[in-house]
Amino acid sequence: MAARRPLPAWAEIAVLPLINIALAFITVGIIVRLIGVDPFHALKLLVVGALGSSESIGYTLYYATNFAFTGLAVAVAFHAGLFNIGGEGQAYIGGLGCGLAVLALDRFLPGWLMIPLAILAAAAFGAAWAAVPAWLQAWRGSHIVITTIMFNFVAAALMVYLMVNVLIAPGSMTPQSRGFAATGKLPAMHEVLGAIGIPVAASPLNLSIVLAVLACVGVWVFLWHTPGGYTLRTMGQNPDAAIYAGVNIRKVTMLAMCLSGALAGGVAVNELLGVHHRLVLDFNAGYGFAGIAVALMGRSHPVGIALAALLFGALQQGGAELAFDIPAMTRDWVVVIQGLIILFSGALANLPRPWVQSILARVR
Amino acid sequence: MEEFFTLLLATLAATLRVATPLILCAMGGLFSERSGIIDVGLEGKMLAAAFAAATTSALTGSPWLGLVMAIVAAETMALAHGFACITHRGNQVVSGVAINILAAGLTVVLGIAMFARGGQTPDLSPDQRLLPLFFKNAGDNILVYAALLSVPFTAWLIGKTRFGLRLRAVGEMPLAVDAAGISVTWLRYRAVLLCGLFAGLAGAYLSIAQNASFGRDMTAGQGFIALAAIIFGKWRPWPAFGACLIFGLLDAVAIRMQGVKVPGIGEVPVQLIQALPYLLTVFLLAGFIGRAIAPKAVGVPYEKEH
Repeated sequence: MAARRPLPAWAEIAVLPLINIALAFITVGIIVRLIGVDPFHALKLLVVGALGSSESIGYTLYYATNFAFTGLAVAVAFHAGLFNIGGEGQAYIGGLGCGLAVLALDRFLPGWLMIPLAILAAAAFGAAWAAVPAWLQAWRGSHIVITTIMFNFVAAALMVYLMVNVLIAPGSMTPQSRGFAATGKLPAMHEVLGAIGIPVAASPLNLSIVLAVLACVGVWVFLWHTPGGYTLRTMGQNPDAAIYAGVNIRKVTMLAMCLSGALAGGVAVNELLGVHHRLVLDFNAGYGFAGIAVALMGRSHPVGIALAALLFGALQQGGAELAFDIPAMTRDWVVVIQGLIILFSGALANLPRPWVQSILARVR
Repeated sequence: MEEFFTLLLATLAATLRVATPLILCAMGGLFSERSGIIDVGLEGKMLAAAFAAATTSALTGSPWLGLVMAIVAAETMALAHGFACITHRGNQVVSGVAINILAAGLTVVLGIAMFARGGQTPDLSPDQRLLPLFFKNAGDNILVYAALLSVPFTAWLIGKTRFGLRLRAVGEMPLAVDAAGISVTWLRYRAVLLCGLFAGLAGAYLSIAQNASFGRDMTAGQGFIALAAIIFGKWRPWPAFGACLIFGLLDAVAIRMQGVKVPGIGEVPVQLIQALPYLLTVFLLAGFIGRAIAPKAVGVPYEKEH
């Protein structure tokens, strides 16, 4: 194995990630070929399905909103050297907070007060669900990866219990709460744009995407332009140096995980306040885990995460459209692509490094 | 009284039925974890194996071939994990998550491409399955016995052999093993392959022994329960076996407890019983009930110096 010489920054930021993603997509192409579908035909349908009309763009952006929230959640923890696999559960419990707030207050509060309160509740509950594993790691020394995995399952069990036994709407056959009143609904994008004279096709895209963009900016400012963010990154880079510099590791662990959980709660805002307008089961399905892929692909930087979220949103929407034309190509393909991206951009991230090194050495 | 014994026997048999894939998976995971490789991907390996077993058995009519293909599928995943974590020193948790997601997607995608039944494989006839050996209604197929034998086998291999000693050493302090002239890489690969073998058996049990087809996400978190059992058993075979039995019993009881009122407590929610393995593991890890200490080098890639 060649000694690890550092690569130039442009290769590290652009070339390596692109090779990793290319490897993932080439592998997908081979599998698509194996089941007897022309991968280029499928790719064309996917791109048209994701970006072909203003409606499909709306869907793409709506999915991208979820991916941005969970991607940011994973990234903030990554920067602190913590691996939060619990985004799934944190988004779920965030939904519980959001739903409880709206169900309790939507008949009394006006929309301008109800919505921010519901968003805060989603963030607070998501943060609380992440705070327990963080506390257990910081004070009791239990491994955060294992605890967050276990908490995903606990969250799922808790939500099923609450939805089936407590929060279910009277007379409802399916486990879902009563619908939110108008004050508890986040306006859809086509309504907002329509009101100011820009007609766009109806889609589930709602104002949550503005929140997601703000979250991207907020995370960037926090991590790179505040003392708190600096401390957090120091701990992630070198915990020993951080301790030596007087950083309270326990406090920073709590801070990082709470932020992470709060960001994961954003999925609940998009799904419940923006689309379902009631508390439902499984609205979080798969977004928490996909957040790992988004964060890895975006190299844990908000700009990269935004781009990766857009790509994943496009895949999700294009994948859904694909099934109409090629019945064998269901949305499950997106899951395969996610898995391969995590494998190649994450676990095998160093695979192409020697190749790039030897090419660069030859060019020089 | 007789009724009580019938119920007891039925519950015990049900416990063993539910615990079998957990035991196999946990024993596999033990090898990997004791060698220093975290295995979050047990779930994915088991799922891939379950799919391979049901598909092969449905296409060829031979459950034995299905069993072989299940092992092949799980070993493929295990090798991918090894390639990423051992050869390329990638993050072991990331690799495990990738394997879980990949398996969840691939099994459905391939299932739809092959059978066009929404990811389900065709129902298997009795001769395409592994059937009970001695007691018709107990479900005591060969893999149940394999699971029971896997525990003393694992305990012996890890505790009493030279290979096991080295395996444990490599999980605690790979540098020492390397300095003794033993290949860390090869040792860890063997551990990962053993893990794949057992996860393969567990997956085959789900689709061609316990059930008669593969269904989307049919592992339903059992790989993670097995992981919890390893931790609960403090990374030792017999205690991990005990944890599997407890978790299996909880599952068996959960089904019977539905709608039953416990005197003095009232109705216990099924979901609480289902969440108990995870909660107990969290409590244990936090040191509230005993202390679970992981192999020291678990999760740390080994980099050979030059």
